[in-house]
Amino acid sequence: MMRQILPYPLLSLGMLALWLLLQQSLGLGHILLGTLVALFAGRALAALEPDRPRIRKPLKIIQLMALVAVDVLRSNLAVARIVLDGRHREHHSGFLLLPLELRDRSALAVLSCIITATPGSAWLEYDAMRGTVLIHVLDLVDEQAWIDTIKHRYESLLLEIFQ
Amino acid sequence: MSELPVWAALLVGFFALAGSLLTLLGCLGLARLDSFYERVHAPTLGTSFGAIGILLASILYFSVTGQRPAVHEVLIVIFVSLTTPVTLMLLARAALYRDRAEQNGNVPAAAFGQDVVVEAPADPQA
Repeated sequence: MMRQILPYPLLSLGMLALWLLLQQSLGLGHILLGTLVALFAGRALAALEPDRPRIRKPLKIIQLMALVAVDVLRSNLAVARIVLDGRHREHHSGFLLLPLELRDRSALAVLSCIITATPGSAWLEYDAMRGTVLIHVLDLVDEQAWIDTIKHRYESLLLEIFQ
Repeated sequence: MSELPVWAALLVGFFALAGSLLTLLGCLGLARLDSFYERVHAPTLGTSFGAIGILLASILYFSVTGQRPAVHEVLIVIFVSLTTPVTLMLLARAALYRDRAEQNGNVPAAAFGQDVVVEAPADPQA
């Protein structure tokens, strides 16, 4: 019974929080309306029958977020410098084909958000058959360093969290 | 509207300026970099810390002046970082498809299978 009303409790709770944040209010009317929206969203998602992501180590998410924040800030500055240098300095951009162990859809989505949000690297194409992803890197000085960063900093953490 | 203390004004100014500077550099990069694949990197400056800087300034300003407890700017960051990869992948894969079909640049071949390239029919007038 509970399952039918609230198939995705976390999602529904998140939707309610989102609604209240957008309305900037904790009034009873907004809570009721938000609950309605949240319940409907949970049902709508259930109708799509997605894979239920299993999060094994929620605390690691905080570690991952901190890591990503620092890396994003650093690469912001790096890309800003490349833009400012313009054509005076040689930079080598290039493609990188990266084999991934991650298979979980949600984890892959998170990884693509991380890599795309980081300036200087862009997630282009994932090949589900081979489990490889094509990434374009703006300043490809050391290919192996990039592979190590993505595999050891992000993928290993995501593997711990999701699989 | 209440007065903004100096420390807050400094911080708000710093974040707003830093954020807009990064966004401006991103736009510059979009105009200056050479290839399509290089240019897609530049706007990410604006969608990451460019946006975060400006939103931090906004959160600080409205929280300190007490007009409203301002945290819903956080939602903008979340939505922007969730949706950027979608558009980026769409654009990038379209570019990859075109470059593979026309065989320009040194674009890596499709890892698996082959893209179906539809030839345009010959012009009957010719």
